Amino acid sequence: MIEASLLQKHFGPIAALREVSLRALDGRITGLLGPNGAGKSTTLRILYTVLAPDKGDALIDGVSVVREPLQARRRIGVLPHGAGIYPHLTARENIVYFGKLHGLEREQCERRATELVALLEMQDFADRPAKGFSQGQRVKTALARALVHDPRNLLLDEPTNGLDVMAVRSFRRLLVRLRDEGRCVLFSSHVMQEVAALCDDIVVIANGQVVAHGTPNALRAQTRMDNLEDAFVRLIGSSEGLS
Amino acid sequence: MSSALGAMRSVFSKEFKENLRDRRTLLSALVIGPLLGPILFGTALSLSIKRGTTELDQPVALAVSHAERAPNLMTHLREHRVTIESVSYDDAAARAAVKEHRKSIVLLVPEDFGRRFGASEPASLQLYVDASDADSEKRATRVRAILNLYGTLVSRLRILARGVDPLILSPLVVKDTDVSTPAGRSVVALGALSYLVLLTMLMGGMYLAIDTTAGERERGSLESLLTVPMRREHLIYGKMLATCAYMCLSLTLTVCAYSVVLRSTGLERVGMSVNFGPGVAARIVLFCLPFVPLGAALMTIVAAFTRSYREAQTYLGLILLIPTLPLVFASVLGLRPTAVLMAIPSLSQHFLITSLLRDESLPASYVALSVGVTLAVGSVLVMIAGRLYHREALLG
Repeated sequence: MIEASLLQKHFGPIAALREVSLRALDGRITGLLGPNGAGKSTTLRILYTVLAPDKGDALIDGVSVVREPLQARRRIGVLPHGAGIYPHLTARENIVYFGKLHGLEREQCERRATELVALLEMQDFADRPAKGFSQGQRVKTALARALVHDPRNLLLDEPTNGLDVMAVRSFRRLLVRLRDEGRCVLFSSHVMQEVAALCDDIVVIANGQVVAHGTPNALRAQTRMDNLEDAFVRLIGSSEGLS
Repeated sequence: MSSALGAMRSVFSKEFKENLRDRRTLLSALVIGPLLGPILFGTALSLSIKRGTTELDQPVALAVSHAERAPNLMTHLREHRVTIESVSYDDAAARAAVKEHRKSIVLLVPEDFGRRFGASEPASLQLYVDASDADSEKRATRVRAILNLYGTLVSRLRILARGVDPLILSPLVVKDTDVSTPAGRSVVALGALSYLVLLTMLMGGMYLAIDTTAGERERGSLESLLTVPMRREHLIYGKMLATCAYMCLSLTLTVCAYSVVLRSTGLERVGMSVNFGPGVAARIVLFCLPFVPLGAALMTIVAAFTRSYREAQTYLGLILLIPTLPLVFASVLGLRPTAVLMAIPSLSQHFLITSLLRDESLPASYVALSVGVTLAVGSVLVMIAGRLYHREALLG
């Protein structure tokens, strides 16, 4: 479970996050929806501990990302924006490397990599150098890498960017599967369709603030709109930066 | 603590392996850098030695206008391996011939040469030279020496004929005694060697220093790396260890290559000897090793501030010049090792290498100073590099 309370973050004079509080529950997919520049990535970066908030804190399964970032990192799997992989290593080696950095034994890493290759249907390219991978293959490798230590919480920053339709569909199936295993999945997107199709809970963020938080039905009820898209547009105040 | 070591080892072995698979980088770090330098250096040196030694016993060609006016002089020139080519130029034609490079040098015997010579008056000779042409100037120097020798011989004969001891013409005899050892003389030729060794060593780790910092950020893998439960400085220490390993490889390879190449250049033929056996090579490597962490940390720090691979390459190109600055000062000012200078990294390595090549020994305290200060500066830089990885700006 991920709980953020009153996160604030400035970059110089620019307020990236004015005040963000949110909660993502286990066994649910939570979508962080907002236009470009709304503060989605900054929120996630604070949650996965590469940025420190100016104020506020977040708990990952009760562990503070500010006070105990190393402990918090053990509990999360992260797919950052545009997640790059190492071009001279094979997909499997990319996964094993992160396993080792998570403190797993060598055999454990190998076993886990084999499991993930099967789970993500990566058999065709698992032992090829990552240099010539398609975007879909790269995202799968990066996701497998994020899952190597079997984290209870998953943070994904615009994971479907640049994927083709087939890859997006298989990616969604996978997220559902991870949710059904009881994990907490939090992902950001500026694609309304995607959030609407996939999420159990939605956090709508605009101008560094959470403007709505709830199930799709609750958001429809709150805005008195039948259509979720119209609901989002009303919540954000404009459709600019969404797609 | 064990997890810190584990993280460093994992990062190290991954970076080492990944770099090993990058053919282009590997080629430049371990083949072109370490081998090309010594081979070019050795070739240039042996060519210049060959030119310097062979030309003195080669006959020199000389175009002489009106050779018939000075037959004895011509005999003297021939005896001193001058090949005479008879031409008939006047002053203007001789000038033109040299200017247009049809003749390298021309000697013109004036019409009144015989008369003045016979009357024991100074008899002039005209030598046409193009001083801007190295070849012409070199031949002229030899011809001048032979002509002067003829002049000296003739003056002694004239003095003798007048019943005076010719020794009266030699009031002074200056004798040069060169105390430099053959090894010491070769250091003049090998002055650039310490610089090239340090440069090659830095270049061996340069790509890795860029790839593990700016490259990792540009590829977008840095953010994932920073989410593993390891302290950031341990990750960067692992990366720097890999950079150090490649620097050590480059260093060892290039020193071995210099050792082999220089021993086959034939420096002995010009009265120099190269003190560069396996023992000396091993000590050069040892003396340079303390500079490895310093260089790796310096390059990592600079690369960590840059925003892209290309930018990092540009700045590191400049950084490679930093260790060379003390060396330039040393050679321009003709510095000799002192305790203060031995506390300057890169300069102290230069002095240590030079003293080994010269076959001179420096006090043990100097060696300790060089190793100690270089390692101390290196560890400060390593710590700074570790701290840099806590900056949020690192994510770009």
